[in-house]
Amino acid sequence: MNFDDTPQEAEFRATARAWIGANAPKQYEDELRKSSLGRTALKNANILDVAKAWQKKKADAGWACLHWPKEYGGRGSSPIERVIWQQEEGPFGQLSRMFIIGHGMCGPTMMAFAREEHKRAYLPPLASGEKVWCQLFSEPAGGSDVAGLRTRAEKDGDDWVINGQKIWTSGAHYSDYGILLTRTDPTVPKHKGLTMFFLDMKSPGVEVRPIKQASGASDFNEVYFTNVRIPDHQRLGEVGDGWNVSLTTLMNERSAIGAAVSTGFPELFEYCASLMLDDGPAIEDRAVRSKLANWAAKASGLKYTSMRAISALSKGERPGPENSIGKLVAGSMIQDVATYALDLQGASGVVSGEEAELAGRFQAMLLRAPGTRVEGGTDEIMRNIIAERVLGLPGDIRVDKDVPFNKIPTKGRG
Amino acid sequence: MNFDFSDDQKQLRDQARKFLAEKCSPKAVRVVLDGKAPYDKDLWKGLAEMGFLGVAIPEEFGGAGAGHLELCVIAEEMGRANAPVPFSSTVYLAAEALLIAGGDAQKKKWLPAIASGEAIGTLALFEGKGNPAPKNVKLTAANGVLNGVKKPVADGAIADFAVVAARTGSSGRDSDVSLFLVDLKAGGIEVKSLTNLDPTRGQAEITFKDVKAEPLGAAGEGWSILTQVLDRAAVLCAFEQVGGSDRALEMGRDYALDRIAFGRQIGSFQAIKHMLADMYVSATLARSNSYYGAWALSTNAGELPEAAAAARISATQAFQHCAKNNIQVHGGMGFTWEFDCHMYYRRANAMALGLGSLSYWEDQLIDRMRKKNAA
Ligand SMILES: Cc1cc2nc3c(=O)[nH]c(=O)nc-3n(C[C@H](O)[C@H](O)[C@H](O)COP(=O)(O)OP(=O)(O)OC[C@H]3O[C@@H](n4cnc5c(N)ncnc54)[C@H](O)[C@@H]3O)c2cc1C
Repeated sequence: MNFDDTPQEAEFRATARAWIGANAPKQYEDELRKSSLGRTALKNANILDVAKAWQKKKADAGWACLHWPKEYGGRGSSPIERVIWQQEEGPFGQLSRMFIIGHGMCGPTMMAFAREEHKRAYLPPLASGEKVWCQLFSEPAGGSDVAGLRTRAEKDGDDWVINGQKIWTSGAHYSDYGILLTRTDPTVPKHKGLTMFFLDMKSPGVEVRPIKQASGASDFNEVYFTNVRIPDHQRLGEVGDGWNVSLTTLMNERSAIGAAVSTGFPELFEYCASLMLDDGPAIEDRAVRSKLANWAAKASGLKYTSMRAISALSKGERPGPENSIGKLVAGSMIQDVATYALDLQGASGVVSGEEAELAGRFQAMLLRAPGTRVEGGTDEIMRNIIAERVLGLPGDIRVDKDVPFNKIPTKGRG
Repeated sequence: MNFDFSDDQKQLRDQARKFLAEKCSPKAVRVVLDGKAPYDKDLWKGLAEMGFLGVAIPEEFGGAGAGHLELCVIAEEMGRANAPVPFSSTVYLAAEALLIAGGDAQKKKWLPAIASGEAIGTLALFEGKGNPAPKNVKLTAANGVLNGVKKPVADGAIADFAVVAARTGSSGRDSDVSLFLVDLKAGGIEVKSLTNLDPTRGQAEITFKDVKAEPLGAAGEGWSILTQVLDRAAVLCAFEQVGGSDRALEMGRDYALDRIAFGRQIGSFQAIKHMLADMYVSATLARSNSYYGAWALSTNAGELPEAAAAARISATQAFQHCAKNNIQVHGGMGFTWEFDCHMYYRRANAMALGLGSLSYWEDQLIDRMRKKNAA
């Protein structure tokens, strides 16, 4: 058991550090360092432009999507090198949030199921941030129950014609491409009639409507499809095999290793170290210390859990469903941490935005946190995954499992 | 980086697990639980023969000299089996104190005896209410003679010797405390067994009346040595707690698959599934923190104080959480003496207090994190 870099790792770290030192957009470092979940916007620049520029620079020098093969725009690095890079990239890594879905989910799915010529054409510009991708899975009728989706794809010559609606699609408003899960056969049970595609988001008939979120921001969208045509060669996997293809995507989503979800703890600890309460420094207060210590142990537990996963990965073991715990723990933790930070601020905690303490950092966290517990699988779905796939408990009873999709009831009440 | 135990260490774990499954069945544990023996002597002997008692004791002192990672591996299995032996007091506390501060003669006398299973040792620190703190050490040492009462002392009634914390000064500083090594078979010592939450590991009150004792470590260094001993023990106990958490989770899982209610396995009810998933989460976080502690312990890293406190907190919570919910999954059966659930519940809650309570370690963790941040 050791944490030391091997000589190769140390060399990699030194090279990465030197390159980042010479090339990173330092003018944003402070702002990025202080940004946390809920607030990554830059004051005097468009974050997407800054993110794209940094990603392109990395790609040109061979530092983009480190673990991807070189021919698809990556570097062919080991999982450990990827972690070292993330450590060295530090706050600038915040900028890659704009590409998480593309790099973490769409790319790997393309790699597993697209034709070779498509991989070579589409993956490098995805890696370099020139093209942004989104994931079009969720629908009003299919969120947790992804396979309950209704967007139809019907074969017409060499094309498929898409009609329907997606929802909660992050980044669709600035995406160039998307991976799309559709229903191609409503007469078979729901998991069997799905097919996956990728498409150009500028295709005629695609309409993106931003949704205002509870946090006030608009990061996700409704996407409407009206007779959108997708050529058959943009199909990913077999007709009717979309469920399996989507599982690849979702597995990658859940084990986006190293992309550790924020817990809010470092921010809270730093805050308490300087905060004065009525009776003295917050960090001297018994109750505050107890809260902090418990969250500290959780945060370090998460950190070392992900390091164990990386170790396993570097020995060639596949990331498993046990990686679901990161988001599950961090999601509610950041919510609790933010709530507590505001509690410490007393009545003034109600003020948000620039006027607020720390420019409203914890208020922004509080308002964004509920989304973390829903996106990429709700807490309940994560617990189901752990219970069923890790502990081997029985699956939930699924009354619709063997019923043809078009015979499944669609309304809960009356 | 390689954040995992080695194949050899994993093999040792399998070996220990197999040995304990055979020699330390719940039935064997119950002999001690029911008060028919103060500890499992056969098991103790067997552990010595396997080399487990001296696994981290250097060869020159009769041990296997394997190291602390190996000891962590064995600790986990001791916790999983709920072993009714004075392992933690002898191996984590007494032996570690000797390794850190003992003179050559002291090491030569006691370490081989620990490794061979001939001597049981313990740490006599607490004196009634309160957490580890120099001001709570009231027992006095003057001219090498001890006077005072220690309570509770883990395994005090069966121990052959004790490392005793005593007051040797009145400056109000940490340096008021010194450590002494006491042969408990000597005169002037009165030992009384105490009933306690976990009868599989005894507790005692020890009264010292003009007891001659030899110093362990330099005078005035007692508190600094104790802090190191407690940190090391915190990591080792965390592994026991992780082993116990895993076992409690496993018991709950197995019962959830067996028990039928409303025509279904209770493990198909989401309330039960989610409870077990949460047990898995806390056990996993504890395991990961403990691995970090193991690394810090085995390399004597500067991170040890912080890592030990985090492992302690995480593992204490996980074991308590898993042990209590294991009973809940078992329903009424879980609350019977017949089922083994309460053995883990008792052990979890007793272990939560043994090295100082959770709130003590919370305090330690924050102090240590601040120190690190300031550095
Ligand atoms: C910020 C954000 C970004 C997102 N980005 C994307 C994106 O880019 N692309 C995309 O495709 N989707 C995206 N989503 C959608 C997200 O994946 C879904 O919202 C999520 O899977 C939950 O589905 P739902 O909203 O339909 O809720 P529902 O499935 O209707 O869930 C409602 C409640 O029922 C519970 N529930 C449902 N099923 C079960 C069950 N089997 N057992 C127990 N409880 C259950 C849920 O846990 C939840 O509490 C995003 C969501 C958010 C909040």
